Amino acid sequence: MAVEKMSIAKALNESLRLALDTDPKVLIMGEDVGKLGGVFRITDGLQKDFGEGRVIDTPLAESGIVGTAIGMALRGYRPIVEIQFDGFVFPAYDQIVTQLAKMHARALGKIKLPVVVRIPYGGGIGAVEHHSESPEALFAHVAGLKVVSPSNASDAYWMMQQAVQSDDPIIFFEPKRRYWDKGEVDTESIPGQLHKATVARTGTDLTLVAYGPMVKVCLEAAAAAQEEGKSVEVLDLRSMSPIDFDTIQTSVEKTRRLVVVHEAPVFYGSGAEIAARITERCFYHLEAPVLRVGGYHVPYPPARLEDEYLPGLDRVLDAVDRSLAY
Amino acid sequence: MTVESTAARKPRRSSKRTSAAKTPQTSEPQLVQLLTPEGERVQHPEYEIDLTADELRGLYRDMVLTRRFDAEATALQRQGELGLWASLLGQEAAQIGSGRALRDDDYVFPTYREHGVAWCRGVDPTNLLGMFRGVNHGGWDPNTNNFHLYTIVIGSQTLHATGYAMGVAKDGADSAVIAYFGDGASSQGDVAEAFTFSAVYNAPVVFFCQNNQWAISEPTERQTRVPLYQRAQGFGFPGVRVDGNDVLACLAVTKSALERARRGEGPTLVEAFTYRMGAHTTSDDPTKYRADEERAAWEAKDPILRLRTYLEKEKAADEAFFTALEEESETLGKRVREAVRAMPDPDPMSLFEHGYADGSSLVDEERAQFAAYQASFADSAEEGN
Repeated sequence: MAVEKMSIAKALNESLRLALDTDPKVLIMGEDVGKLGGVFRITDGLQKDFGEGRVIDTPLAESGIVGTAIGMALRGYRPIVEIQFDGFVFPAYDQIVTQLAKMHARALGKIKLPVVVRIPYGGGIGAVEHHSESPEALFAHVAGLKVVSPSNASDAYWMMQQAVQSDDPIIFFEPKRRYWDKGEVDTESIPGQLHKATVARTGTDLTLVAYGPMVKVCLEAAAAAQEEGKSVEVLDLRSMSPIDFDTIQTSVEKTRRLVVVHEAPVFYGSGAEIAARITERCFYHLEAPVLRVGGYHVPYPPARLEDEYLPGLDRVLDAVDRSLAY
Repeated sequence: MTVESTAARKPRRSSKRTSAAKTPQTSEPQLVQLLTPEGERVQHPEYEIDLTADELRGLYRDMVLTRRFDAEATALQRQGELGLWASLLGQEAAQIGSGRALRDDDYVFPTYREHGVAWCRGVDPTNLLGMFRGVNHGGWDPNTNNFHLYTIVIGSQTLHATGYAMGVAKDGADSAVIAYFGDGASSQGDVAEAFTFSAVYNAPVVFFCQNNQWAISEPTERQTRVPLYQRAQGFGFPGVRVDGNDVLACLAVTKSALERARRGEGPTLVEAFTYRMGAHTTSDDPTKYRADEERAAWEAKDPILRLRTYLEKEKAADEAFFTALEEESETLGKRVREAVRAMPDPDPMSLFEHGYADGSSLVDEERAQFAAYQASFADSAEEGN
């Protein structure tokens, strides 16, 4: 066992280092990823050790970054590209949706697009506009893409390894406000499959489903609920496309109540998909409607208002109470 | 003859007279030409080419067969066999000239009209028809002939070509990459980004713009205020305008640009000044936006006619050659016709194939539901019996 305590940022850095070291076809591309090590320093030191040919600083053009990464992948490379912030992915959205997602199908499976698009996402860091968004549903809706988000250091390390090894394009959402949260990483044993949800805490009265930055909030809510005598199970979804509905179903058949929590707007969000599918699968088990807690259908607010917008402990507990009241 | 190499050119002083309000200079081509519309062979100081009679006949054959294939596809669309067709009529020289300049190990990123380039790459023309018939979105293996899938979103492939070329350079290979696009695509941000990336990384890529004067109903004047080949100058690489209806000039200029890329000197923009004689696609009606006289003027510059005149004048081809080619064309037309009509609709279950290389539990679930739904018809049919 090689267990080490490290932050999510460090785990990602170590994982990228391992990927570059293991496979000479792996490349890192993005704005400021070289000398600076990225604005969040996730690629810190990698260019120094692997050179400018492996860790490539790019022009400031997101469509160009993803578009050339596609070309690199067609040539046999495995590019990992960094989009500097969530709100800056949209200039690349066309390349991701019309090209990256579809090219494998267009070629009837004869070519592969092993590209990882890393996107630091979500709010809670007091940033200016376009630096705090949660656009995961926009990508999860697109067939051909897979969308994942780790919530802890171990998953950050291992999910990045699995994403790089995947032959499918992966949109890898990194919960930026958790970058500095520390956790144990066993660098020798893979904890689970990339698209499998995990039970972060067991309970019997209600299931909370979350991913990325909201897992921590849900674990805190479950601990608070425990003090009131309520046993809450917390699932870490980890993958928003595909979604591991089997693990959710197993949990809901036990607890009979489900609340889905995410930062993104509730309207047309991943919570809507989970609520609908679980209602289909577990209709006769449910004691209450599936509830959702998330952002409002408003543009992401200025930093001084984001605490009102982001689901916090109280809003999650309120939903737990409402569900249990049925 | 003017050498149109923008990198070598001194910057001109801007004059108030030539600013905004004036008509852009796109209508006056200053281009590299080796064969005049009258079929006269002319010399160019920078782009010379020496072809045997056999090679000249080969280029002629390529253009004739490509035009025949294109005509057959247009007819098949009119007969309801294809949902759509994007004709290349008039652009044969640009495509065959540039296509025959390529080496086998070069890689091509086409748009959706490069039937002539596909021909040069050895792609069976019937493979191009699947997407227009609606049985697939491409379907061929791009790595078989180093000919990527047709890209419908305008200009996207110029970035793929650039990234691929960056990979070629990284591999230390001396092959080159060519990206095809049109005058309309030149307005897209992706094309500008491809120019930026290819220039700063010195990527071995040739940008081959077929300026066919019309982006559906929008004229080139709606895309640019300066001749397109001059765009390259601002990005730091050479741009050349070539007579796109002159197969010899297209061959020579493309070859030179590819060799430059192979030498590690980076990208080149080639603007093939040509004309789309037909509609943008079979859904389009060019009579609504352009005058008949314009097409007539370009017909006089027909790429096939001028090479035939030259071949006859030089006695490089005899009547037997033209007759045999005529027969070969008809055989090709028949083969294409039969192949399209025989093209089966895909199996409904194939809906769920190829979305993901590694599979997806979501697709598995939906596939199972669809299979059960399909099977329910079989059950009810049995019950009915």
